[in-house]
Amino acid sequence: MAEINLVEAIRQAMDEEMERDENVFVIGEDVGVRGGVFRATVGLFDKYGEERVIDSPLAELTIVGVGIGAALYGKRPICEIQFADFIYPAFNQIVSEAAKMVYRSDGAWFVPMVIRAPYGGGIGGGLYHSQSVEAFFAHVPGLKVVIPSNPYDAKGLLKSAVRDPNPVMFFEPKKGYRLIKGEVPEDEEYTIPIGPAKVTREGRDLSVFAYGMMHHYALQAAETVAEEGIDVEVVDLRTLYPVDRETILESVRKTSKALIVHEDNLTGGYGGEIAATIAEWGFMDLDAPVRRLAGPDVPAVPFSHPMQEWFMVNPDKIADAIRDLAAF
Amino acid sequence: MPTKVIMPKLGESVVEGTVTAWLKEEGETIEEYEPLVEINTDKVDTEIPSSASGTLLKILVPEGETVEAGTILAWIGEPGESIPDEDQAREKEHEPQEEPVEEPAPEQPEAKQDSGRDKDLGYISPVVSRLAQEEDVDLSKVKGTGMDGRITKKDVLNYLEERKEEKKEVEEEPEIPIWETPADGDLFRPTELVFAQSEKEQEAPPEHKPLAEPGETLPLTSMRKRIAEHMVHSKQTAPHVTTVMEADMSRVFAHRQVSQPKAEARGVHLTYTAYFLSAIVTGLKAVPLANASWTDEGIRVHKAINLGMAVALPSGGLIVPVIERADESSLTGLARQVNDLAERARSGQLKPDEVQGGTFTLTNHGTKGSLFATPVINQPQSGILGTGIIQKRPVVVNDAIAIRPMVYLSFTFDHRVLDGASADTFLAHVVHALENWPLA
Repeated sequence: MAEINLVEAIRQAMDEEMERDENVFVIGEDVGVRGGVFRATVGLFDKYGEERVIDSPLAELTIVGVGIGAALYGKRPICEIQFADFIYPAFNQIVSEAAKMVYRSDGAWFVPMVIRAPYGGGIGGGLYHSQSVEAFFAHVPGLKVVIPSNPYDAKGLLKSAVRDPNPVMFFEPKKGYRLIKGEVPEDEEYTIPIGPAKVTREGRDLSVFAYGMMHHYALQAAETVAEEGIDVEVVDLRTLYPVDRETILESVRKTSKALIVHEDNLTGGYGGEIAATIAEWGFMDLDAPVRRLAGPDVPAVPFSHPMQEWFMVNPDKIADAIRDLAAF
Repeated sequence: MPTKVIMPKLGESVVEGTVTAWLKEEGETIEEYEPLVEINTDKVDTEIPSSASGTLLKILVPEGETVEAGTILAWIGEPGESIPDEDQAREKEHEPQEEPVEEPAPEQPEAKQDSGRDKDLGYISPVVSRLAQEEDVDLSKVKGTGMDGRITKKDVLNYLEERKEEKKEVEEEPEIPIWETPADGDLFRPTELVFAQSEKEQEAPPEHKPLAEPGETLPLTSMRKRIAEHMVHSKQTAPHVTTVMEADMSRVFAHRQVSQPKAEARGVHLTYTAYFLSAIVTGLKAVPLANASWTDEGIRVHKAINLGMAVALPSGGLIVPVIERADESSLTGLARQVNDLAERARSGQLKPDEVQGGTFTLTNHGTKGSLFATPVINQPQSGILGTGIIQKRPVVVNDAIAIRPMVYLSFTFDHRVLDGASADTFLAHVVHALENWPLA
């Protein structure tokens, strides 16, 4: 086992999948010669050449459109959107074309495509390099939405995404690219199925549901409050669509209290779906109202550092929310 | 149309009462306002007058039964008149818009509305309600530790755990066969005797009687139960601390010598209790924190000084009538109220509202010779002053031994509200007031 960071795990997954299947290719802005602005594709250009590691024009619509066409032709494209903030020009291609292809062709045509996009703030990126976009896509049947929170999961889930016959939105918490490190087997091939959530910390007093960077923070907050005698269970959702309702409800059955944490703003955010799931199927297990801790309802993550701190959910804010709920 | 007789709400916080005696039998005629039934609440006994003239058609609540305020106790009407079905009648109680006819008396409250939430239990979460139903838990027996004292899931689970353990203990006991009980020597007795006995035992399954020592179990009266509840509740709620000082009663004694005859002339028996109450008022004005209640929101310092005084009842038990706004009464005024309340307390004539709203209590345990005691706080108050017997004792005054009428004052306070320093300051003011009583 070697300890690597999140972005290296993603690079390894792509490298291994390209080596395993020559239909796999990467397309995106600066992914080739430059190796990606976050260095996620470093070395791939040299190893697989310009036909499998394609530098695209600055046009997300094109990146995804090319991906869909190639996928229909039997290829396995990995489209990189440099920042999730830039994904909107490709929104129509993703939602109206990729997501609906199998359905509208009655199973005759598939789009086995992965769209990778770094998301999230807290990196001084301001309005256009900090957005969380998962809620838009988790609303669309026909897409799968995956958000890893650690290197091991990222590698295993990305490999599954590449092999999945459906379009998979793979959002990567960019703040954690180099911050989050973890052990990943060096020689052992593994994948992690898309779908199942994971209980990453067992506890009795309340459940925290999170994903991506917020899951990383939730674990830290759980450690903090453990010293105060609050025993928190943490669930890493990992896949937002299709979501693992059983694991969520099982945890609520045990703890009877739920806190949902995400960085995206509150209203219409993904947490509402989890809250609704618990309210609908777990109501009689609840000992307290379901709580959500999310970014404030402002148009974007501010650029000013203090304002960014105000926006961002962090371990302290999570610990406070845990204390409140535990005291109920 | 028959008229219903309803269990009245006999005071601000009195929500239930026990029917102690029906003064009429079914079929007897009765006049409006004629006493019909005796009701005992945790505070007082009282007679309920008839709400109408007619015949007592049906008694719904037998003697000895305790019911909530608003419950229909009986029906009065014309002989032979049919009375509404009981369930229907109860339902009607919950629909105030239906025929607002025969409300028996203007002070009768409306029946308690079922809001789906028990205000005594607080907020009940879905999981708590489910567990209570599945496990057949009486939630009023579960102590709440959640926000604002609500019952949490953990509280119910802990309760179930305890219940299970209690059950286990009870179940395990009979497993020891009687003939193997050590020290009985049964193993060495003739088998006929052993079996005869075991058969006999089987006929009458062993009941879990307490030790069969000779004795008598006294039934718990409503008052006994309430006293027990209040005492346990108070001791569990407030950390009690008692501080004791003594007071030289010479000046009070002198004052009373002079004033007593004058008071008697006005029909007032000037007791020491009045002096103590007056001194307490002085103390409470100096240390308002002693006239307060602990609440979760904060310490509630009461503006009014309402003094309770414990009165032992001839029938056993005690009751604490309250002198409202004691700070607004003169010494004679206090004495007059003390006479009146004590007399009516002993004859069971107190009104329910007269035993409520106290902010501080005086208990005189000296009447039977007690020197000092550690009284239990009358919740939700924060302090209670106990007065011992006033007796002449040798004391040192100006480096000489003098004989003075002395009394020990035991002040028990809630240590959440008061600390030793503030409590002693209060008590010192009481002592000072007594020792420096102006001469009449």
